[in-house]
Amino acid sequence: MTIFEKSREGRRAFVPPELDVPEVPVEDLLPAGARRERPAELPEVSEPEIVRHYNTLSKKNFDLDTGFYPLGSCTMKHNPKLHERLAALPGHARLHPLQDPEYAQGALELMWLLERSLSEIAGLPHVSLQPSAGSHGELAGLLLTRAYHEDRGEQRTKVLTPDTAHGTNPATVSMAGYEVVKLGTAPDGGIDLDDLREKADEGVASLMLTNPNTLGLFDTNIEEIARIVHDVGATVYYDGANLNAVMGIARPGDMGFDIVHFNLHKTFTQPHGGGGPGAGPIAVSDRIQPFLPIPRVTRSAGSNGGEPRYDLDYSAEKTIGRLRGFQGNFGVFVRSYAYIRSLGGDGLKEASESAVLNANYLRARLAEYSEYLPIAFDRICMHEFVLSGRGAKEKLGIKTLDIAKRMLDHQVHPPTVYFPLLVDEALMIEPTETEPKERLDDFVEIIGSILDEAKEDPDKVRNAPYTTPVRRLDEAGAAKRPVVRWRPDAENPGDPDRAGAAGGDSPSV
Amino acid sequence: MLDAIGVDSLEDLFAEIPSGVRLGRELELDDGRSEQEVYGELSALAARNRHCEEETSFLGAGMYDHYVPALVDSIVQRSEFLTPYTPYQPEISQGGLQVMFEFQTAISELTGLPVSNASVYEGPSAVAAAGYLAKLETGRSKLVASRGLHPHSRGALRTHAAGYRMEVEEVPLNAEGATDLDALAGAVDDDTAAIFLQQPNFLGTVEELGSLAEASGGALVVCAADPLPLGVLKPPGEQGVDICVGEGQTLGNRLDFGGPSFGFFAVQERFIRKLPGRIAGETRDVDGKRGFVLTLQTREQHIRREKATHNICTSQALNALAGVIYLSWLGKQGLVELGELMLRKTHYAREALGLEAINPGPVVREFAVRVPDLDGLFKRARAEKINPGYRLGRDYPEYEDGLLVAITEQRTRADIDRLATVAAEARQGVPA
Repeated sequence: MTIFEKSREGRRAFVPPELDVPEVPVEDLLPAGARRERPAELPEVSEPEIVRHYNTLSKKNFDLDTGFYPLGSCTMKHNPKLHERLAALPGHARLHPLQDPEYAQGALELMWLLERSLSEIAGLPHVSLQPSAGSHGELAGLLLTRAYHEDRGEQRTKVLTPDTAHGTNPATVSMAGYEVVKLGTAPDGGIDLDDLREKADEGVASLMLTNPNTLGLFDTNIEEIARIVHDVGATVYYDGANLNAVMGIARPGDMGFDIVHFNLHKTFTQPHGGGGPGAGPIAVSDRIQPFLPIPRVTRSAGSNGGEPRYDLDYSAEKTIGRLRGFQGNFGVFVRSYAYIRSLGGDGLKEASESAVLNANYLRARLAEYSEYLPIAFDRICMHEFVLSGRGAKEKLGIKTLDIAKRMLDHQVHPPTVYFPLLVDEALMIEPTETEPKERLDDFVEIIGSILDEAKEDPDKVRNAPYTTPVRRLDEAGAAKRPVVRWRPDAENPGDPDRAGAAGGDSPSV
Repeated sequence: MLDAIGVDSLEDLFAEIPSGVRLGRELELDDGRSEQEVYGELSALAARNRHCEEETSFLGAGMYDHYVPALVDSIVQRSEFLTPYTPYQPEISQGGLQVMFEFQTAISELTGLPVSNASVYEGPSAVAAAGYLAKLETGRSKLVASRGLHPHSRGALRTHAAGYRMEVEEVPLNAEGATDLDALAGAVDDDTAAIFLQQPNFLGTVEELGSLAEASGGALVVCAADPLPLGVLKPPGEQGVDICVGEGQTLGNRLDFGGPSFGFFAVQERFIRKLPGRIAGETRDVDGKRGFVLTLQTREQHIRREKATHNICTSQALNALAGVIYLSWLGKQGLVELGELMLRKTHYAREALGLEAINPGPVVREFAVRVPDLDGLFKRARAEKINPGYRLGRDYPEYEDGLLVAITEQRTRADIDRLATVAAEARQGVPA
């Protein structure tokens, strides 16, 4: 039941503060044409009932603090509790974004320190923390690329994206006003170099690449790839979704990338929040720097050997402008900087090593079931790997979706499924470094038990889950007749009579 | 573990990385620290900021020092809300999905528009996303924005429009600090995809949305709104607005030096399949039990790829949760009471300051005045730990002497009177 259905007239939680100014009639302050005629139908509920409502809802969520969450490309690593305490300090949480920099020196210094740390990790000299999430960082990268080429008097129209790219990459290309040109994948899982050579021409603005890629494989031709792209005057963009594999081991800047985005909510432990918030800072090379978003954080030496002074600079002449309000998701910066300070340089490297070790261990253990779940590309992987459910589908009659749904009954979150698109019935598995060996072993056993079960009774798997708050939901029906808000007189959307009676494709909203 | 993998050492796992791109040294970052040391270090940094509990702040300009009730903190810190990913597996994500559905309902009620998504990043980039929708919908190349639109929203709109190849033309404010209707009508032509307004506008002026919307011709009408004053203001959806977007910080989110907060995006029904971001929809499971799923995903980047209506993936779910908890806490009556309280306090403050008003008409929560000696006022106010507001000159050369003053429910009459006294003393040149 929604909070709206729990509403009872006259109930409330809020007590307004005292009205300490004259009680002028509202009609004298707002003309009739500007006034709301009937109140918004918000719920009328007491505080205890609000708390119960949301606590009850929370228990219908599976979360990382409860169990294993090997969701490929999402880097579901532990979120240290310290970070929440730090972000909640009034000096952070109650600091106004337009506070005079003189009175926000601690916040600006933290941003500057985070920028410097990310710069070192990326191997690129300049950082802007502003983008709100990874896809916003991608967009920033392409807008920077456009500004860079236009500054040189060049008009370019195309962006190369491998067919293994995240869905955000092609969508970003369109939003930045470019045309997507797809690149094929070679038999070893890397970019098809011949295809790249053929498509790289003077009309190409950029190549967007994830390395390791979405198959969890490091593209060993990366230097050659960067050379080919640079030779036609295009930029090389690094999607940082998979940075967790290579911190302190190999840096995008040293691989030849011009622009990198970070997902602070993946690699740097901002909790995912059920779909955000995140942050998508970007690091860039010298030639891209003049175009970075404003404001920039600056540091200048203090006078007479005093403390350095931090400021916000809006003056960059060639900037692409601002991407959003204020300075970015500062609360996320606090958590990610705390993470970097906690681990230090060697700790970050160790995190990447452990992430790759865990992924390879799981890959090796799951090879036991290769008859049903063959690995898509059989080589050492980085922080994640992709299995195909082809064998299970052919031999056991169960699809990847069924395996994923049956996992829900075993209190683990399934891997990313049906991505990347070039692998049939894909399962993309990323255990992260914060899982102990026992969790990985448990997961192997769970997969084994699901496959065994399917040999006996495939329907048992096909009809899963059984123990979750709801079972498989009618997604097609939800999309065909969208009910996207509660209404007091709402019909029952699951009512088969209604689905038949209304017909057509018109949304009921 | 290495045995199971069949390698001798950790290094073997990285053997494929070409030597030319290996770092070959340690990262030049300080060594790791214990929890208590990191706490000490970052809390020392935090202590160097002057936050809203350490001064009497009249600073707004897009983010506001509203009271956040304790139950918001307590619920959003539950790990079941804090630590899951986007609800790709609906059977184990009903909590988060239902929250999205409730959020969409609340935003729909506030804006007077039938369809809302489940959040976008924040306010100004939501404005830019509306520009992209207008581009996809109309194929035209011009956007017309009132200068009453937040300067950051106009900035973000220009930045993003450079990508989707559109021009942005600005329309000035009139002598009352409201959008100039004639100038707006004059700026709109056959190639205009959308007009952009803000309610209340950046100066706090209550705009006559209905008349402005009528000047749009065939262009879409986009309104950026603060959801909190919509408790007392006529909903944009009832005044000819097609798309209402906005910054949601005022709904139970902290200031956080500018983020994370959330943005919202609500539309008339005919745009439902062009919305950016996630949308939760109601449905049934195989046993006929009511449930919620992410729906209309063919708009989205992971399905539609380059033909998607937007590239957004990770959004602001946790902040939107804070928003819907806050609205439940305020409730139907509380939202009106708080709105009326802000109306009265704002008008009281404008009068009490006794300065020339830039927007003398109806205002809510914020207003702009001309201050003969702004530097003098700031110097005197700062000494008394008062933050008088936002200097308009940075964004508005036409208001070089302008001060934007925000009055939330947290500012008492005594606070306002203190600011008035300081302003009077500054004006009279009384030594500080």
